[in-house]
Amino acid sequence: MDKKRLALPYVIWASIFVVVPVLIIVYYSFFDKGIFTLQGYKQVLNPRYLGNIMDSIGIAFISTVICLVLAYPLAMILSSKEMSAKGIILLLVILPMWMNSLLRTYAWGYLLQDTGVVNSLLSSMGLPTMQFLYKKSAIVFGNVYNFFPFMVLPIYNVLCKIDKNVIEASYDLGADKFTTFKRIILPLSMPGVITGIVMVFMPALTTFLVSRLLGGGKTTLLGDLIEQQFNKTGDWAFGSALSVILMIIILITLVFMSKKDSFDKGGGLF
Amino acid sequence: MKFIKKSYVAFILLIMYAPVAILMVYSFNDSKLPIWKGFTLRWYEEIFKDYSIQQAFSNTILVAVVSSIIATIIGTFAAIGIERMTGWKKSLVMNVTYIPLLSSEIVTGVSLMLLFGALGMTPGISTLILSHITFSIPYVILSIMPKLKQLNYNIYEAALDLGAKPSYAFRKVILPEILPGVLAGLFIAFTLSIDDFIISFFNTGPGVDTLSIKVFSMTRKGVAPTINAISTIMFGTIIIILITTNIMASKKQKKINKSNKSL
Repeated sequence: MDKKRLALPYVIWASIFVVVPVLIIVYYSFFDKGIFTLQGYKQVLNPRYLGNIMDSIGIAFISTVICLVLAYPLAMILSSKEMSAKGIILLLVILPMWMNSLLRTYAWGYLLQDTGVVNSLLSSMGLPTMQFLYKKSAIVFGNVYNFFPFMVLPIYNVLCKIDKNVIEASYDLGADKFTTFKRIILPLSMPGVITGIVMVFMPALTTFLVSRLLGGGKTTLLGDLIEQQFNKTGDWAFGSALSVILMIIILITLVFMSKKDSFDKGGGLF
Repeated sequence: MKFIKKSYVAFILLIMYAPVAILMVYSFNDSKLPIWKGFTLRWYEEIFKDYSIQQAFSNTILVAVVSSIIATIIGTFAAIGIERMTGWKKSLVMNVTYIPLLSSEIVTGVSLMLLFGALGMTPGISTLILSHITFSIPYVILSIMPKLKQLNYNIYEAALDLGAKPSYAFRKVILPEILPGVLAGLFIAFTLSIDDFIISFFNTGPGVDTLSIKVFSMTRKGVAPTINAISTIMFGTIIIILITTNIMASKKQKKINKSNKSL
């Protein structure tokens, strides 16, 4: 029997539910009630919306950098031999999801509010209290919290697959720890790092919850903008145009990643 | 150095679980406001009176069970098929698989909403299930693919040569090898479905709430502690399930070790 045919149900499914919807969104970005228009794309250039988009990119960028800086050492610790990490990874990544993520982000509101647990801890230690919420930094925090697992997993996976003999060889040839890290471990882990960056940057760019729950709705981000067009203002052309731009960014990333073979070289999510 | 490493892991775990802990604590709090007023179980009693929360809970579970099982079946066969593909066909299918993974949930949610609209489907449980299957399948495929790469196809061919029917050889040779990947995929699909908000938000109909949507509708006025209570129950349940399966697995392992020794 031809094994390839087993994929047929999925190919049909993906065509209907992944490819066709993409085409529909492209259609709506150019046609308003059946009439061709570029209004949606012109709207994107409106300085107010352009500002929102730049805000989103900035916040997503900072969130991704912080995730990477926090996740890389963690992945290194977990992949070292002294930790039997499989259980910890599960604990870290999958289990908190059983408490609804919306609810958890909302709970950070309790913890970070002016009279919340974190500020009480600060004042009990004699430190000045801070206003955490309703600022852009709160949105960054929420993003880092929510998307952190997607940075840890691919880096952890790629680090586990590095041949330990290569590292030993580097030490045998007289390299110190820092050189070995810079010349051996870091380059070999790049596929995982790239996967992680993409998997954090994309959702951080388009979230519309964190900004509302922790940012107090003061900052409008790309995700909020798209959501508003479909649910409030009904400007489907603008909403679709924004989605198409996002999808183009995604396609470029895909091409870039398959050129680098990030997924095949063990940088995958699992 | 080891101490620093351990404290770093502990610090990250603390951050990951701080909100989980606070939600559990507030589920026992005798006040609607997030200020501790003493212990109570009344929010747990409220669950039995609040029809809308029960409804949201059963919708969440129904969607998660149905969508994760269908996604796992389609995804398992897809992974086997894709593994045998070559050249541009394989890379095309893989790239399509990565689209829902990489594209933001909001684009997936909106585009599916437009599709269901174009097909004239009334949004509700069925559109929820279809959309959840769609975003789960890639995770199932990706968790099975590595197992397939390790698989030795010669054993399968040997089974066929020895007269096994392909379906029998599949059940006896391939399935046991990839089962851990299949189960992991099922578990991930189920968890993602339960946790999903954005895609559900765009693809549900009036009056059909999941827990996430219920939480969202409450965020402006303050989330009812009943939600904390039901979430605590769900979280507790999964912890108990995981602990028992782990204990059972290690017992089984011990048995295998014993019988190996007696051989």
